[in-house]
Amino acid sequence: MDVTNFLMLVYVFVLAIFVGFELITKVPPTLHTPLMSGSNAISGITIVGALLSAGAEEFTISTILGLIAVIFAMINVVGGYLVTDRMLKMFKKR
Amino acid sequence: MSIAIQITYLISSIFFIYGIKKLSSPKTARKGNLYSATGMLLAIVVTLLDQNVLTYEWIIIGGVIGSLIGAVLALKIKMTGMPQMVGLLNGFGGGASLLVALSEYYKITYAMPLNTGVAILLSLLIGSVTFTGSLIAFGKLQGIVTGKVVHYPGQHLINVLLFIFVIGAGVYLLMNPANVTLILIITGVSLVLGILLVLPIGGADMPVAVSLLNSYSGLAAATTGFILENNVLIIAGALVGASGIILTLIMCRGMNRSLMNVVLGGWANAGATDGASGEGDGPKGDVKSVDAEELAMILEVASNVIIVPGYGMAVAQAQHAVRELMLALEDKDINVRFAVHPVAGRMPGHMNVLLAEANVPYDKLFALEDINNDFANTDVAIVIGANDVVNPAARNDKSSPIYGMPILNVDYAKTVVINKRSLNPGYAGIANELFFGDNSLMFFGDAKDAIGKLTSEIKNL
Repeated sequence: MDVTNFLMLVYVFVLAIFVGFELITKVPPTLHTPLMSGSNAISGITIVGALLSAGAEEFTISTILGLIAVIFAMINVVGGYLVTDRMLKMFKKR
Repeated sequence: MSIAIQITYLISSIFFIYGIKKLSSPKTARKGNLYSATGMLLAIVVTLLDQNVLTYEWIIIGGVIGSLIGAVLALKIKMTGMPQMVGLLNGFGGGASLLVALSEYYKITYAMPLNTGVAILLSLLIGSVTFTGSLIAFGKLQGIVTGKVVHYPGQHLINVLLFIFVIGAGVYLLMNPANVTLILIITGVSLVLGILLVLPIGGADMPVAVSLLNSYSGLAAATTGFILENNVLIIAGALVGASGIILTLIMCRGMNRSLMNVVLGGWANAGATDGASGEGDGPKGDVKSVDAEELAMILEVASNVIIVPGYGMAVAQAQHAVRELMLALEDKDINVRFAVHPVAGRMPGHMNVLLAEANVPYDKLFALEDINNDFANTDVAIVIGANDVVNPAARNDKSSPIYGMPILNVDYAKTVVINKRSLNPGYAGIANELFFGDNSLMFFGDAKDAIGKLTSEIKNL
């Protein structure tokens, strides 16, 4: 990875953090638990890396680690979104 | 093909951002979560089309196993168990990052470019700490691991030394990338560090710990993005990282403590010493107690009531009983509102979720800054299972460990009713002068039973 490439990634990271701050400060306290579980599910995006590792042709240590990562990340993703939906379903106005 | 994949990742990122934006109101929040899930689905599907993904059998098996476990956890967990659930899911996210980092290392061991190497090491460190730290947090919330503040000699020194070791060993590894044993040692030490960092944190400080770990899980995903040079991981990870940090800061402000102080387990330390010095230091006076029948009569003549729920309500699973009480009071044309302290419970927004589960409309729930001035015009404030967050010592007593913490001013109400099982001090071990106030009435009993009795007395009036 050359330096320019790396800097572009840093750019994206820094700007995304600012977007995150702007968005999250607008979430009302009453939704803080679903925010947490929902953002938790988003952090399961590591599934992308897990799939790339687990999908290699030869079966190596690297593939096995990737496969366990797929299981972990899917627990995070599916569990996170479902439980968030379950909670948000309950929030009702009179 | 590769361009199509990159564009899909961009669309995924937009879905994540838009999904979080929709969380700004309970009305649109459910849709927002769906957008976010759609973004995730897109990212997964398009990754499967990547030219580096060649075999599908194992991926499908792994994916199905993970999805099933996740779904069962999500559908079985009780609302009172939500803090543990979030802790556990966090752990899996961190664990996945750690595994991907290791896996990438094994792929490129002998030809590891410097910046990829740094990203792998960071991902390994943050992922490991998130993994074991979250499992300990889960254990504490579930009651498997002690919820108390744990202290042992040299604890901070050990943590600092372990951290320095990880950094030093990491630098050495970057110079000698083929040293497989070393990366395994680094992983092991990082895992231990996660345990040691969360173990000292007390139960009531869990809102901070869980928020912080949430932030770490995002940062771990972002560092994985740096390894893979993949923007969707970096964007998603940064969003989660920012979210966790903001919640952490809100929780710290809610306790008037610095992050450092919470992480090092400081406050409870001070509280414990205070408690140990005996009841002599605490406020003294007469405690007036009240039974359900008398209390029903007091409430009958009230026109404004504010209910303050705390962790005790969660423990007693009294949220449904509390809703019944609300309905009974409203039947008598009494205005009922709820005041929720930012750190009530074991995670941010804990009380709101429990009350939502019991069908209390969310527009009845008010945050501290929105309702605190109204206590003076309130006939009866009913405190259910909350303690430190209503302790006037935070306002009055400069020597108190919780001095300066924002509290709900329940003592300004004409009458304060405190439902508690006993007079024991709360988590911080600090005696509560509220119980001895002239306008205070203790309503002893388990929250569920006591509130249930009160509701039937009110209905009988």
